Amino acid sequence: MSERKIVIDPITRIEGHLRVEVVVDDNNVVKEAYSGSTLWRGIEQIVKGRDPRDVGFFTQRICGVCTYSHYKAGIIAVENALGITPPLNAQLTRTLMNAALFVHDHIVHFYHLHGLDWVDVISALSADPKKASEVAFKFTDLPYACGEDKLKEVQKRVGEFAAKGNLGPFANAYFGHSTYKLSPEENLIALSHYLECLRIQRIAAQLMAIFGGKNPHPQSLTVGGVTCVMDIESPARLGEYLTKLKEIQEFVNRAYYPDLVMAAKAYANEPSVLNDIGVANLYTFKEFQIGANEWLFESGIIKNGDLSKVYDVDESLITEEATHAWYEDDKALHPYDGKTDPKYTGLIDGESIGEDGRMVHSKLFNTKGKYSWIKAPRYGGESLQVGPLANIVVNYAKGNKYVVPVVDKFLKDTGLPLSAVLSTLGRTATRMLEAKIITDNTITAFNNLIENLKTDRETCAKYSIDKNKEYKGRYMGHVPRGTLSHWCRIKDGVITNWQAVVPSTWNASPKDAKGQMGSYEACLIGLKIADVTQPLEIVRKIHSYDPCIACAVHVMDTKGAKLGEYKIDANLKG
Amino acid sequence: MTENDVLVRINKRLLELSKIPRINQEGSIAKRLKEKGFSRRDFMKWAGAMSAFMALPSSFAPSIAKAAELSDRLPVIWLHMAECTGCSESLLRSDTPTIDSLIFDYISLEYHETLMAAAGHQAERNLHDAIKKYKNRYILMVEGAIPTGATEHYLTIGAEGHTGKQIAQNACENAAAIFSIGTCSSFGGIQAAHPNPSNSKALSVITSKQVINVPGCPPSEKNIVGTLLHFILFGTLPALDVYNRPKWAYGLRIHDLCERRGHFDAGEFVQSFGDEGAKQGFCLYKVGCKGPYTFNNCSRERFNSHTSWPIQAGHGCIGCSEPDFWDTMGPFEEPMADRLYNTPFGIGSDAVSDKIGVGILALTAVGIAAHAAIAAMKKGDNDE
Repeated sequence: MSERKIVIDPITRIEGHLRVEVVVDDNNVVKEAYSGSTLWRGIEQIVKGRDPRDVGFFTQRICGVCTYSHYKAGIIAVENALGITPPLNAQLTRTLMNAALFVHDHIVHFYHLHGLDWVDVISALSADPKKASEVAFKFTDLPYACGEDKLKEVQKRVGEFAAKGNLGPFANAYFGHSTYKLSPEENLIALSHYLECLRIQRIAAQLMAIFGGKNPHPQSLTVGGVTCVMDIESPARLGEYLTKLKEIQEFVNRAYYPDLVMAAKAYANEPSVLNDIGVANLYTFKEFQIGANEWLFESGIIKNGDLSKVYDVDESLITEEATHAWYEDDKALHPYDGKTDPKYTGLIDGESIGEDGRMVHSKLFNTKGKYSWIKAPRYGGESLQVGPLANIVVNYAKGNKYVVPVVDKFLKDTGLPLSAVLSTLGRTATRMLEAKIITDNTITAFNNLIENLKTDRETCAKYSIDKNKEYKGRYMGHVPRGTLSHWCRIKDGVITNWQAVVPSTWNASPKDAKGQMGSYEACLIGLKIADVTQPLEIVRKIHSYDPCIACAVHVMDTKGAKLGEYKIDANLKG
Repeated sequence: MTENDVLVRINKRLLELSKIPRINQEGSIAKRLKEKGFSRRDFMKWAGAMSAFMALPSSFAPSIAKAAELSDRLPVIWLHMAECTGCSESLLRSDTPTIDSLIFDYISLEYHETLMAAAGHQAERNLHDAIKKYKNRYILMVEGAIPTGATEHYLTIGAEGHTGKQIAQNACENAAAIFSIGTCSSFGGIQAAHPNPSNSKALSVITSKQVINVPGCPPSEKNIVGTLLHFILFGTLPALDVYNRPKWAYGLRIHDLCERRGHFDAGEFVQSFGDEGAKQGFCLYKVGCKGPYTFNNCSRERFNSHTSWPIQAGHGCIGCSEPDFWDTMGPFEEPMADRLYNTPFGIGSDAVSDKIGVGILALTAVGIAAHAAIAAMKKGDNDE
């Protein structure tokens, strides 16, 4: 039996630089899978020696997509180390900005990054707009941007591109692939929402900018609280937030939700998106403070897909190791003591399936050695899966009152069993459910903020940093791509150690010393590829995690060695 | 050169551009505008606003309108190097007037890793074909810094494992114009901050061709679209400052047009975040605002369709469009002259001011500090 390698590099429509390699057998079934990042920037090295109050701005630049997550995490890790509790006004304002981030991230991911894996744009061009406008009512009583004239206009707009053989950003996609399952009319509905979402995502960015100053990279958090005191005290600003939030909520409930019901029904029998939970240990952490002591999502861990028991999170069990990552030290260490020097060993010469199906020379991962800039985080030595799927499933299993009814309704609307959620389809659907739960409940945080402002105008806690003291602290929470933690040490008034264990690190991790895979790799094993020159099934599965590779790639060197000085063999033979 | 001379030059250039075939053979941006419900009057109004934005006299408005119409001659290749995708995200915010985004909709975005549908071999094919097909005609926009030297392989893309540097150099070779979008590709940005473990460099360091810098972390969508229009109007020779930034966008300090400037002049300062001054909207200089040292148009244009900007949201400017700001502007919440922490870059304002780069800025730093001190003293006198 011959074994052939498929290399997908770049994986596009994600944040950052990611390569996936798989080995397929004669039947085009995936036998082995490897995911690795091909870029390293070293931000944790760069924050060493800096003022702790500045680090939030540095960590924010880990990612311009989840542009608020690492900012907030960097600030809260320092607050935790210094023992600061920000005033309630600040905490609720942070929640309002966080809601904007989540919904922006999720809608952009589904429509602009992941949607093209489910929606065949070319097929939409042959739809009957009148029929499509009727089809839309099958999935909601109040369809969004799906009137016959609207759909005609969409078809015309995209059709003009296609007629000229110039598809712009849609060029050279896998359209026409046999695993696309929506009807032409359904594709047209989704395409209309794709275009509408370009507008909605701008509003979501403005929603963050109201209290954040701008987006990407908002700038109104400070250690101890928030700086946008004039904005939260302005009735006009609050009104602006409410209006924009409602506009986005409309889109989520009338376009995003029904589109996922539509996709779930159409793909319910497509084997390449089902029964592929990947890593079945699911991990999430509490997030979204909507009142003085109330949170939208709770923490927990589910082991081996067994929903009957949810375990508490023990943060001392988290480690990272680098057996197959381009770093010097392979040993598993807790993030407070993370130790990593880059040790790039390069790609090796080999062959992979080319564009036309013939084998071509390629540079390949040295899968026996190191093959990624992403380290392997483990919990008590085991891999975990994080993300909206883990968050929604763990909270469902815990009986969370905000989550259970929404999940139950979705299962009823789609006719799917709960077990179907543990899949690629489920990862994509739970992301939508998370966006819905957040947009529907942000109003609680909003009202509580207004209520609290009547008697309390504090926005920033006072604190001091004792230069003779050593501090350590962390942020743990849930961000659009899953569970995020930042860990810091402060000494002599400056940062001496910083480590971020991010969602994409968990999911995209390479194998560890025991050969355990991360979730990207695990979910690909056994996948049958219809056409090895168009590996849509792989891209779809990987996209379902919403990869964020700039986030996942990081390093901390506690010895302060000059990392840039390592000599690399120009030929990079592994 | 008089205004008229410039107009003559622009018109000559626009005429040349109009001879280049359209990428989309059918339709035109004018037609597209009409379809989207914009009247000619709306369009001219927009062109007038853009002229003001780009600090051009109103007599340039018809040329801007023409330039917008000719944007359908331009294929764009957008590369991602060592970056966070914030600049691409900023571009996606392009909104008001919607004509801005329409232009980006209408130019042919041949390669953009975050947006393109193709992946793997098919994505590489798009890049390769675009460079060949539009040789010397495409605009290259680069986001992110470029790892170099012994660490060049810290970024590789594609099945053949080409380095970011190789790909960027190759794309620069046949580009009609090259824009560094964002502080990373303009100056190295965050990954080039001390100790720069990936040896990341600005794009201009790895190519001998002229690079126009559009810094900011990220730059506003307006500065990205405006630079594109400016290129159409003026070719590769807009007025640039010492850091190759277009002067129309980066000619004034944040401080010059800041809405809190009156409080600065009156000596009314926020002393700490959350205090009474913060609630009153006083000047943020004493909590570290770098507006006096930062050249950009944020105070005029703001972000996200004019929704806000950092100083409105009560936080000082961190100087994100200046070279090496990560190393020279910190701590971000302390005035330059008042550094409390020992950092790898030394203590004290002199060491910092020297690193700002241009002599006049160092002088400004001292001047501003003095001005603030005097203003504060005066204020104190009045209070007594």
